[in-house]
Amino acid sequence: MSIERSDIEKIAHLARLEVAEADVPEYVRNLSNVFDLVAQMDSVDTDSVEPMAHPMEMVQRLRDDVATESDQREHFQQIAPQTENGLYLVPKVIE
Amino acid sequence: MHNKTIAELSQSLAQGAFSSVELTQTYLERIERLDPQVNSYITVTADEALAAARQADARIKAGTAGTLTGIPLAQKDIFCTNGIKTTCGSKMLDNFISPYDATVISNFKQAGAVMLGKTNMDEFAMGSSNETSFYGAVKNPWDLDAVPGGSSGGSAAVVAARLAPASTGTDTGGSIRQPAALCGITGLKPTYGRVSRYGMIAFASSLDQAGPMARTAEDCALMMNAMAGFDDKDSTSIERDVPDYSASLNQPLAGLKVGLPKEYFAEGLDNDVASAVQVAIDEYKKLGAEIVDISLPNTGLSIPAYYVVAPAECSSNLSRFDGVRFGYRCDNPKDLEDLYKRSRGEGFGTEVKRRIMIGAYVLSAGYYDAYYIKAQKSRQLISQDFKQAFEKVDVIMGPTSPTVAFNLGEKTDDPVTMYLSDAYTIATNLAGLPGMSVPCGFVGQRPVGLQIIGNYFDEARLLNVAHQYQQHTDWHTRAPEAFR
Repeated sequence: MSIERSDIEKIAHLARLEVAEADVPEYVRNLSNVFDLVAQMDSVDTDSVEPMAHPMEMVQRLRDDVATESDQREHFQQIAPQTENGLYLVPKVIE
Repeated sequence: MHNKTIAELSQSLAQGAFSSVELTQTYLERIERLDPQVNSYITVTADEALAAARQADARIKAGTAGTLTGIPLAQKDIFCTNGIKTTCGSKMLDNFISPYDATVISNFKQAGAVMLGKTNMDEFAMGSSNETSFYGAVKNPWDLDAVPGGSSGGSAAVVAARLAPASTGTDTGGSIRQPAALCGITGLKPTYGRVSRYGMIAFASSLDQAGPMARTAEDCALMMNAMAGFDDKDSTSIERDVPDYSASLNQPLAGLKVGLPKEYFAEGLDNDVASAVQVAIDEYKKLGAEIVDISLPNTGLSIPAYYVVAPAECSSNLSRFDGVRFGYRCDNPKDLEDLYKRSRGEGFGTEVKRRIMIGAYVLSAGYYDAYYIKAQKSRQLISQDFKQAFEKVDVIMGPTSPTVAFNLGEKTDDPVTMYLSDAYTIATNLAGLPGMSVPCGFVGQRPVGLQIIGNYFDEARLLNVAHQYQQHTDWHTRAPEAFR
């Protein structure tokens, strides 16, 4: 399957990834090759097959809806790029 | 000292032949002297290691030591380590000092093991050669022109080069077993959910599993005794009793039914690798095993299905790296979108970006059924193949990797060629089964690995099957000449 330049631009935006203009042709080529590989799945008829959700057919474990974590905000914010008064700072979103 | 296994070191420490501090110093000195050739460590934690060794010596003296107390280990840099840089091989986390310990790390701390440092790896565990690391490629200690395999390439190389007695790895599509094979060591990928994934930086959450990498199956068993078990903090952790993995190592193999899938010996397998694996299988016959020809007819679906499931899950998991709360942030972002895009564009390497884009594509509107659901259906077929096989046999054997270690740079231009080196390991991840790689020979000076796949939660049997082989062969004792 062939991936176009416009596909790369669209998915890079969806994934919020800056891709240098010069790298786009390589992504076009490599991703087209990967999707050729992926297309081999189509050789097998899976119409009557149930999609596998978990190898041991287990379901998500649930717990009571009570707080179990203690507040460690200061500890965790020590490694943040920019904080102020316990808040994470980003460029202004609303003018 | 550096040629002993964990089992031997543990005995020596208990007998007072040397202290954990002396042992740790020996390894730190070797790392400083020899690792520049291999590049297997990203961070060496000398001060913390010596402090832990002193505590271990006190425990040994007080008579409260366990088997792993005072044993130096290397940890893959995918496990969060409190107060210590945890990079996952990425520029994105080059400044990340983890604020907490992964459960695997705290389990080893409780056991009294000594962490020597954090090992190099493919960026976010995406790679089969350790060449995608932001910190540079790891070299194979058997041949410095060859790759060590990946993604746990540093963890395999430290054991082969005697820069740690053992290490931890993680395996999403073969990342413990393939580097173990290429570096001539023993590695185990446990059943999905057996070892906690808490604090292990996520790549593909339905496939990721942590496991031990060591010289022998006996040592892997000792490590599994500390690593395995239920963890409330991991929602996919399985509530099930953990056996003593060392207890069954010596069971005889007479009557063991070994399945050989014809698909694992077909086109694409190197002839010399095939011969080495055949010799190993003949050895199992001598040990009383019965060899059964089997078929896993949907093997061909595993790589295509994997390259939908793993990128899809990675694109979701890696969305947390946004330049806001931790990790890399670009300079002078002009608005929030610019901050996201450039922090991620500059912080991630090429292979990671490629996989995020594949994932974003297959999950985007209109494509979900054609790709993700189709892949999950393929996964069901692969899993059924194994279920049917395990009705007839106890374990499945074959090569771990279709070739021995390839040269550095040989496959970096074409991702698809690189992906094919995991042809025999990926299916077990898709099915959630445990698998091992055990050294079984050489092609030239490059090692060959025998893969042993077991049924769910059959790690003890895998370790037993590997240990019995290692009692009758000496491949696992070989060390590369420059590192003896």
